[in-house]
Order: sequence, then C-alpha cells, then structure tokens
Amino acid sequence: MNRITKIFQDVKKNNKKVFIPFITAGYPRLESTAELIPALADGGADLVEIGVPFSDPMADGPTIQASSHTALENGVTLKWIFKTIKKIRNNVKIPLIFFSYLNPILKYGLERFFKDSQKIGIDGLLIPDLPPEESDEIKKLARRYKINTIFLVSPTTSNNRIRLIEELSDDFVYCVSVTGTTGTRGKLYSEVKPYLMRLKSNLKKPYVVGFGVSTPEDVKKISEISNGVVVGSAIIKFIEKFKNNKELPEKVKNYVKKLKSPLK
Amino acid sequence: MKRKKGYFGKFGGMFVPETLVPILEELEMAYFQAKKDKKFIEEYKHYLEKYAGRPTPLYFAERLTKKLGGAKIFLKREDLLHTGAHKINNTIGQILLAIKMGKTRIIAETGAGQHGLAVATVCAKFGLKCVIYMGEEDMERQKLNLYKMRLLGADVIPVKSGCKTLKDAINETLRDWVTNVRDTFYLLGSTVGPYPYPLLVRDFQSVIGREVKTQIKKNRNSSLILIACVGGGSNALGLFYPFLKDKSVKIYGVEGGGLGINSQKHSATLARGDIGVLHGSKSYILQDFDGQIKIPHSISAGLDYPGVGPEHSYLKEIGRVDYTSATDKEALKAFHILTEIEGIIPALESAHAVAYAVKIAPKCSKNTNIIINLSGRGDKDVDIVAEAEGKKL
Ligand SMILES: Cc1ncc(COP(=O)(O)O)c(C=O)c1O
Repeated sequence: MNRITKIFQDVKKNNKKVFIPFITAGYPRLESTAELIPALADGGADLVEIGVPFSDPMADGPTIQASSHTALENGVTLKWIFKTIKKIRNNVKIPLIFFSYLNPILKYGLERFFKDSQKIGIDGLLIPDLPPEESDEIKKLARRYKINTIFLVSPTTSNNRIRLIEELSDDFVYCVSVTGTTGTRGKLYSEVKPYLMRLKSNLKKPYVVGFGVSTPEDVKKISEISNGVVVGSAIIKFIEKFKNNKELPEKVKNYVKKLKSPLK
Repeated sequence: MKRKKGYFGKFGGMFVPETLVPILEELEMAYFQAKKDKKFIEEYKHYLEKYAGRPTPLYFAERLTKKLGGAKIFLKREDLLHTGAHKINNTIGQILLAIKMGKTRIIAETGAGQHGLAVATVCAKFGLKCVIYMGEEDMERQKLNLYKMRLLGADVIPVKSGCKTLKDAINETLRDWVTNVRDTFYLLGSTVGPYPYPLLVRDFQSVIGREVKTQIKKNRNSSLILIACVGGGSNALGLFYPFLKDKSVKIYGVEGGGLGINSQKHSATLARGDIGVLHGSKSYILQDFDGQIKIPHSISAGLDYPGVGPEHSYLKEIGRVDYTSATDKEALKAFHILTEIEGIIPALESAHAVAYAVKIAPKCSKNTNIIINLSGRGDKDVDIVAEAEGKKL
C-alpha cells in the first residue's frame, strides 16, 4: 500500500492530524538535503514535501523564490534530486512528496519521471501549475506508476470544482489557505475560518492546509478545522537564518518538534 | 477529463494555480458575452477610431521599394497610433472588458514599456487604478516610457527577481493576480499566457489585418507577402490572422536573432526553443537541458522574451507561417534605412520585420506586394541605437 494511503487511513480512523514540512531540494547547499530530510522525519514530520526548484516559480512568494534561486545556483537538477533521495530512502520511513512546477518534469520526460519516482520511493506529486483540466496524461501515468497525486483547492474554488479536485486527489486534498503565493502572513486564522468551514462541509476526503502557516499557534488553530498543515516558508526562513550553523539539521529537527507540538 | 477548448493544435491550455482557474473562466465567459454585445463592439470601435486614431494608413514606401528594386513595399502604420504602437488596440479592448466585469484595479507587465504605456494611458482615460510590473533592467533601458507611465498615474513596481526583464515581470504580475484576484484585472500585453488570453489579444489585434484587407488592392497577377516581428506575437497575429485561410498569401514572422541564433544570445524561441510550459501555456520556449528557462537576448526589449504565443507554435507546426529571425545588427541597419529614406523612425522591434523585407524584396518580382507591420515608432529606442553605436545623445 502507498505510504500516504496508510497515513490517511490513520487520519480517518483515529482523527490523527498530520504535519507536513516543505524544503527546497539543494538548499541551502547541495549536501543539506540528505541531512535535512531525516532531520524533518526525526522532528516528527508525517510526510515531507520536497520542492523541485524552478527558474520561474509563479506560485511562490519571496522566501521560496529565493531558496529555489540558490538551489539552482548550487546546480540542482531532477537527476541530482533522484540520486540524493535514493541514498537516504532506506533510512527515512515517512512518505515523500514532490512539489514541482510542470516544466522541469516535462523536460525530464513524463514517463521517465514517474518511473524514476517509483523506483526511488517517491509517494506523491503536487504540481502547482497543473489544474485538473490539464491533468489527464499525468493522472494516467501516476496511476500506472503508483504515485499519488495531490491537487489544490483555493478560496476561489466553487463547490462544484471542489468535487472534481477531490476525485483526482488520491488520499487528501491540499487547501491553499488564502488567495496568494506561498509565504508567511499574520492573522491567518481569522481570515481563513469561514473558508475552512465551507471546505469541511464539502469535502469527504481528508484535507490539509498550507500557504502562510508559520507558528505553533497557526498549527493548533488550523488543525482544529482540518486534518493537518503544511509549513513551507517558515521552515525555509528558519533554515536561511541558521544556514551556516554546524548544527543545522539538529536545529531544524527541534524547530519541527516545536511547530508540531500542538498536535500531540 | 478532457479539455479541448483553449488549444491551438497541441499548444495553449491553462497551466495556472487553482486560484486563477475560476477567474480565467469568468474572463472567458465575459469575453464571449462581450463579443456578441453590440454596445460593447460599438464602444470598442469608437475608442479605436476617436481615441487611438484608427484606421491606420497602409503606406506605399516608394523610395524603399525603389532602393530594394523588387517587390512593392507597404507599411501598415501602427506606429501612428496613440502611444506609438499597436499595443493600444488590445488595451482598449481589455479595459472595456474589465469595466464590464466590474473590476476596479488593473495590473500589467511590461518589457519595452510600450504595453505598460498603453495600459497606463487607458487607465488614466477610464479612471482605474493601475499597477505596472517592470523588470529593473528594462526600467534602465526604457527610462522614457517609465517616466511617461508615472506621469499617467501608474504605480510602476520594479521587478528584481530572475533576470529582471519581461519574463520576470510576467511572473510578478501573476503573483499579484493570484493574491488580489477578486477585484483585479490582469491586462496581458501579448498573445501569450493562459487561455483565454492568447485568443482575446489576437482578436483585439486582428483589426490590423482586417483593415489591411480593405486597403490592399489584390488582383490575380500579384502576390502578397506579410511580414511582422514576433515577440509574444500580438502584432504579428493581428496582421496575419485574417489572412490565414487565404493560402496564396505568404506569411513570415521575424524573431529577435540577437547576436545570431547559433550564439546563446538571442530570443528566437521558435527557431531554437522546444516545447514546454511557461506562464500558463504550452508552447515553444527557450529552456536548458533541465527545463529551466533561459535568459533571452535582443536589442529590442519588446522581443526579449523566452516564450512565444501558442498560436504561433501551432502555425509553425502546420507550416502555415514561416518563422525566421533578424539579428541585432540587421535590425539596426534596417532602422537606419527606413529612417533615412522614408523619414519614418521605426521601433527596434518593427525594424526586425523591416530587416527581413530588406533581405527578400530584391529577390521578388515587381508583382509582389510586401506588407510590413510597422508595429511601433522608434522614439523610445533612439538612445538605445545611439548607445549601440557608441554615440552620446
Ligand atoms: C512596437 C512593438 N512591436 C512589437 C512588440 C512585440 O510584441 P508582440 O510580439 O506581442 O507584437 C512590442 C512589445 O513591446 C512593441 O513595443
């Protein structure tokens, strides 16, 4: 069984809340990725989202843009990412999800991408610039190679579209908290509550909330009306701050612990 | 589920974050309603005529024709329009649409500043709030247009990400739009981006070709050639589109050849790119081995873009339009020729189309009519030309 499916069975049965951190592959340095993914897992991540850097990340705010830029300067490619994950996959038990814009995947070759993802032990895929309407071919390949697909719901999504998106998302739906790019913001909860209540009454599958979740307080409140959270920019900011610290993986692990603490 | 709409052959589509999908669908619906709305069409025509200055002349360039000694050369004078380029045809259409949709804030990208200028102009005219994203490098290259936009009341925001030119300005405008979707209208400047923009912009620009059809006297003994420069592709499609069905018309699109298409410094997307997804549509793009977008180069900021409209990719694939390129040098030479013997200073973008005409006209018979889309005037480029030639203003 796909590792993601397993986790979300637990979510459904036992009302478990998931914590999903995001990191950009190859950031802040090439060597960091092989250290940070296990650190995130040790800190209590239930899944990890691995960002594939792209030169033109239109859905990202300044923090993740900058990390992608650095990663590309470090020489990150999909080929390198596969090689790196292969080295650590046996030591990391939790599901790994790729977050990638469409173009690097197209250029790599769609089928080759899915084949390699399966071989290396990638469990899921989220493409922020691929709406359901354009997803036929990718969905077919994902099924063939047993990679779960995750689609996004946003505050502008109608209830009818929510049903369509839910159908295409294998185990859970990713809800974008507010209209906007990735990034930290203040006063998240009060802004998103009515929208999350609407989702609650329209979604049958579990759903996690991302974009702007950045403090333990956010994690606590948002997870009360969802099945979990994704934290991206806040983690990248934290990594940026301690990028030259020798204890970076340990620090990241503790940071994840702290962010996740309200879910215990 | 199958998506058939929004494609030109296998090119086009709507590759955007979920937040924008419902908004693009709203735009599509509003546009198809407007197209059938007599009042809307009347209004669009009214402003094209009284405000922008249509129809533009189809001018017989007699001395250029004589000098080249072959085909008869005609210039479609989009350079005579208000704000100095074809861009205003599209901005009038889209702002009327924005008003009809009840949007109160207009955002746009600009490269050369011609589109930004045309947007700032219609926003001033209709009293809408206007935010323009412009790459820092382009702000430096196009100071005059930058200042004009600010005079017109636009809030011009410098874009510091990526290579600080047009492609990054589009990214930043998309990010603004994703954030402020509900009250904001993205007034896109070329036949690029997610569906329905490539269609909408082409339709608003097609007035160019429709006018030419009524202006050119075609007879059985003469043949017709159309030439236009291709950045994103809007002035080119505007001229070409009404002629696509008439297979007797030969059509050439001219891309920015930069320092040569065998160098790494050009913006000849159709000649040297391959298929990918950028800025919401599937089309030819300039990318590296890993699918990262390359930094293009052209002496003209308006052609300096690593993508091209999806309909052009389609027209290339079916072989209806021949795509070629002119280098910076050839464009500069054509710039001088037109200036000196016709007294018309062309935009550097348009000079690329002139350059290709200069190349082929001598080989054509006297019964051939060549129509060059003179998409804009060159005032904005005078200092760039001076600098390229080592002169000071
Ligand atoms: C005068 C002029 N011509 C052509 C272009 C290129 O755009 P397009 O290919 O959409 O016509 C521009 C863009 O700024 C322009 O200002």
